[in-house]
Amino acid sequence: MKEEIVFCKGGGCTAKLGPGALQRVLEKIPKTYDPNLLIGYDSSDDAAVYRLTDELAIVQTLDFFPPMVEDPYTFGQIAAANALSDIYAMGGDVKTALNIVCFPEAMDLNVLGQILLGGSEKVREAGGVLAGGHSIADDSVKYGLSVTGTIHPDKVFANTGCEEGDALILTKPLGVGIVCTASRVGEASEPAMNLAVRSMSTLNKYASEIVRKYRTHGCTDVTGFGFLVHLCEMLGERYSAEIWKDKIPFIPECEEYVEEFYLTAAGQRNRNHVQDKVEFQNCSFAMEEILYDAQTSGGLLVSMDAEDARTAIAEIEALGLPCAIVGRVTARGEKTVVVK
Amino acid sequence: MKIDARGKQCPLPVIETKKALESAVPGEVIEVLVDNEIAVQNLSKMANHKGLESSFVKLAEREYQVCIKAAKAEDTASHVKAEKKEEEKTEGGTAQDLEKAEGSEETACYPDARKKGLVVVISSGEMGNGDDALGKLLMKGFLFALTQQDALPQTILFYNGGAKWTCEGSDALEDLKSMEAQGVEILTCGTCLNHYGLGDKLAVGGVTNMYEIAEKMTSAKLIVKP
Repeated sequence: MKEEIVFCKGGGCTAKLGPGALQRVLEKIPKTYDPNLLIGYDSSDDAAVYRLTDELAIVQTLDFFPPMVEDPYTFGQIAAANALSDIYAMGGDVKTALNIVCFPEAMDLNVLGQILLGGSEKVREAGGVLAGGHSIADDSVKYGLSVTGTIHPDKVFANTGCEEGDALILTKPLGVGIVCTASRVGEASEPAMNLAVRSMSTLNKYASEIVRKYRTHGCTDVTGFGFLVHLCEMLGERYSAEIWKDKIPFIPECEEYVEEFYLTAAGQRNRNHVQDKVEFQNCSFAMEEILYDAQTSGGLLVSMDAEDARTAIAEIEALGLPCAIVGRVTARGEKTVVVK
Repeated sequence: MKIDARGKQCPLPVIETKKALESAVPGEVIEVLVDNEIAVQNLSKMANHKGLESSFVKLAEREYQVCIKAAKAEDTASHVKAEKKEEEKTEGGTAQDLEKAEGSEETACYPDARKKGLVVVISSGEMGNGDDALGKLLMKGFLFALTQQDALPQTILFYNGGAKWTCEGSDALEDLKSMEAQGVEILTCGTCLNHYGLGDKLAVGGVTNMYEIAEKMTSAKLIVKP
């Protein structure tokens, strides 16, 4: 196996702590009340929103992780797209970004240069400005951004705002975690990896700007917790959803890779976390795994007025990535999600 | 065949095991050592999906042994390519389900002293009615005596007053941990832990819910309730 593989051992959002573990810790941290903190971490949202005036709020987020691809420049782009995504999931606009870097002292600094270059290009594409950063000597590479954006306080997409009858739109294909895992053992095909990289490095800016024009009730980005955990968080205890397995956009080679068992720990943690809330009806093992797969820089999952969704999806399709209306929000049923 | 996949991240343990299974003699048991529960679950998931018998034992902290039996020659083709839906219906379930399956052969996975289908239910802090102090002493004795039996239970369920036995300060922790290390599944009712304010005091085994408790009890072959 190639030596660079050391640079890349199970990176991206598959490196996240499990949702269960995180919840137990967060529950014990005392919370401070501030009426201007519109969205904090108690609602398992993507970013924090803090109101400055009646017309202006800031959106703050940070995200960083180990490499999931071997090319440092591509990794920089993906890590930045992923960090910026949280701002777009709230419906905000990117203003400033700070680099977060962990890098081994013994490693070639050109590699770091490539990572930062990839990241800075994505920040510029987002319309933001890179304003500094912080670096730590560490035994493995990690990179990401702390991002600040702005938003109107009344136009925040909380991820729990969905309404019964809403259409659920997914703006990028699932399965990038599985493809990166296959790639890590040298088994991913070039078309599969190319689509995964294109999807991961695409900013959610464009999809976010489209869904803002419609009656969007809830929005989140699909990342390490996979489609189903993010969907369960979105629905909370108030609603359920039916998901149409034949509509799910995913990287086609994934089915084959699941049959080869290129499975991640993150996917299994996601399964453990919500399997009691999900019912699969005649769903293949591969599709189950795809729906639990941890995504790096995944797409937006949008809960939108069903009528609007029909026109919105045509605009999102024009962005060029596999996407679809994948299901609908229903009245609360016994299970939170039924996949059929 | 033995595989030491400790220290390796998913999917490597699964992939190495899959390769070993492909080259294994029909009926051969592949023993895999891994250092985390998620890897155990991913291995069990693969075995289930391939329709293979599997079992696991927790040998120590961060050391688990998973045994998967390679398919018999005549089964290989049909199992691997079998219709997924059918396969899930006939072979589906977790590693534990497979162990419980009626008439399933003993897999050659040692050390495994568990008796398949034996579920012990601890529903109270005390054993028997009468004097509570005596009852507590008796229950402690019972849990110790369990560890000395030739056959260990597959699962021990703790609920209501019984929940205190698996928490910090319990006199039976060592016995329970020893059984857990030998693969006995130890589960405590989460509602009960919360009720007694023991939510963060659980010291051995996992947390369960009424659905699982009902399932364990209804699918048991023998329930022992002291």
